[in-house]
Amino acid sequence: MALALASGAVSLSFLDVGQGLVDTVLGEAVSQNALIVGQIRLPRVLLAAVMGATLAISGAAMQGLFRNPLADPSLIGVTAGASLGAALIIVTGGSVLQGYIGLSLVSAGAFVGGVIAVLFVYRLATSANGTSVATMLLAGIAITALSGSIGSLLEFFADNNMLRRISLWKMGGLDGANYPRLILASIVGGALLVALPRYAGALNALLLGESEARHLGIKVDRIKLALIIWVAVGVGTSVALVGTIAFVGLVVPHIVRMLAGPDHRYLMPASALAGALLLVVADALARVVVAPTELPVGVITTIVGVPFFISLLRNRHHYGMQ
Amino acid sequence: MNTLQLKGVCAAPWGQALLKDIAFTLQPGTVLGLAGPNGAGKSSLLQLIAGDIQPSIGQLTFCDRAMTEWPPQARAQRLAFLPQMSLLSFPYTVEEVVRLGRIPHSSGYQADSDIVEQALQLTDTVSLRHRLYTQLSGGEKQRTQLARIFAQILGQESLSGSLLLLDEPTSALDLAHQQLVLLATQQLAMRGCAIVVVIHDLNLMASIADQILVLDNGCQIALGNPEQVFTTTLFKEVFGVDVTVGHHPQEGYPMITPLRPTLL
Repeated sequence: MALALASGAVSLSFLDVGQGLVDTVLGEAVSQNALIVGQIRLPRVLLAAVMGATLAISGAAMQGLFRNPLADPSLIGVTAGASLGAALIIVTGGSVLQGYIGLSLVSAGAFVGGVIAVLFVYRLATSANGTSVATMLLAGIAITALSGSIGSLLEFFADNNMLRRISLWKMGGLDGANYPRLILASIVGGALLVALPRYAGALNALLLGESEARHLGIKVDRIKLALIIWVAVGVGTSVALVGTIAFVGLVVPHIVRMLAGPDHRYLMPASALAGALLLVVADALARVVVAPTELPVGVITTIVGVPFFISLLRNRHHYGMQ
Repeated sequence: MNTLQLKGVCAAPWGQALLKDIAFTLQPGTVLGLAGPNGAGKSSLLQLIAGDIQPSIGQLTFCDRAMTEWPPQARAQRLAFLPQMSLLSFPYTVEEVVRLGRIPHSSGYQADSDIVEQALQLTDTVSLRHRLYTQLSGGEKQRTQLARIFAQILGQESLSGSLLLLDEPTSALDLAHQQLVLLATQQLAMRGCAIVVVIHDLNLMASIADQILVLDNGCQIALGNPEQVFTTTLFKEVFGVDVTVGHHPQEGYPMITPLRPTLL
């Protein structure tokens, strides 16, 4: 974290970082170091940590719920819905979307889009006999495709400026970090980090199968709904605040599972920690690789994530995966 | 007290009648075998008792209390179900899988460990405990799941008031492990546990069942002890097979030998 605070377009020594932090805490935000560290990097690094933890723990919960180690929070349509919501606001909003208010509106649109998509997927998969996880997966794919094509349609009618905003937004980035966003992210992320580990026992049982979990006294349908809502809110918030950041929710729980086993009592907290670490490092990389310009952090996580994911697929038998 | 009682139970979860007018009573410590041709409704009956399928008419009581009135956790402490197939595809170790059986209980880590140990011994899975479940053979997986089911209901001195539902617990096991599992099942029955079991090897079933219920096309065809149920006419009518009924040379329970079908 200290390293992440120190690195960036303006390199600071650890001493500078420490001084900047002290200045910020003391309220003497006048020095350049204090401004860089306190106002720009600190909220950004903290936001990266909170969002990384949120995405990774959501991923762990989804993989448990879908009984599939290759599941990802975006499978239930939340990411695609959020992207569509954001694109819709960007295209229809036009010139209103200047500065701070515009950014908040886009975020709100993304959050609403994500949650609506999940609710829709959930309704499609729920019948009198309960919620079918397999149907949810397929409904998620359908909704993702639909959102994608509507998004493309919007892009078709968008002007150049809008197009650039949409595509930048889609790539994900933490450059919008500030304290209000950090506080919002911390509230949601904190709630998620407290709430999801409480379902660890139930998720362990769910890995055996849904009726097996029911025979172990687990109220399966209630837990399914609760998990889906938590993940929708968590991932919806993360997409709203930092755009789509791929592969954190997929790869992190996977690595942790290989190291620590599939027991959700350890998997979920460890994933949160590792996710926070990964996103902080990825964001630090994003800032320094082509400084003073910044790469979108979603690009970094994908570039790192995909080769890793492919190697997982190729070697899965070593880890006891089928 | 009856562990399980069904009165005029019918079930039609997908519109078509799956089970029609099933009625029997199960005392603590008795073993009920379910027999019948493929698709007769044996597994459906187990699922009905386990609560996966709801009866459309009729009464289903567990320990003198309607099954639907049981809180899920309290029921899970005394009713365990071994399904025919298991979908677990995550790399738990064998010991972790067996420990999942303790989820409904809050008996503490040490007590759970003792019970897991017993369950591993009952199913001869002690030597597999650190192996990954996903890398086991079919028979080893089956014994692991069985150990999990045993761990779920073990714990009390008396098991009267507990019920085990076993859907083909021996289908993938070698001869020695078949005998071992049947022995373990009988031990649990002697401690008061009631057991409903589906086994396709009817001689194996006759060796452990106190009662046998024969199902055909969802209907209850016969109910009684193996001696009463295993008759040449029943096998002809229900299974369409000619058999001779003999007896086990030492134990005396009925054994059937199919006769070679005559070619038309």
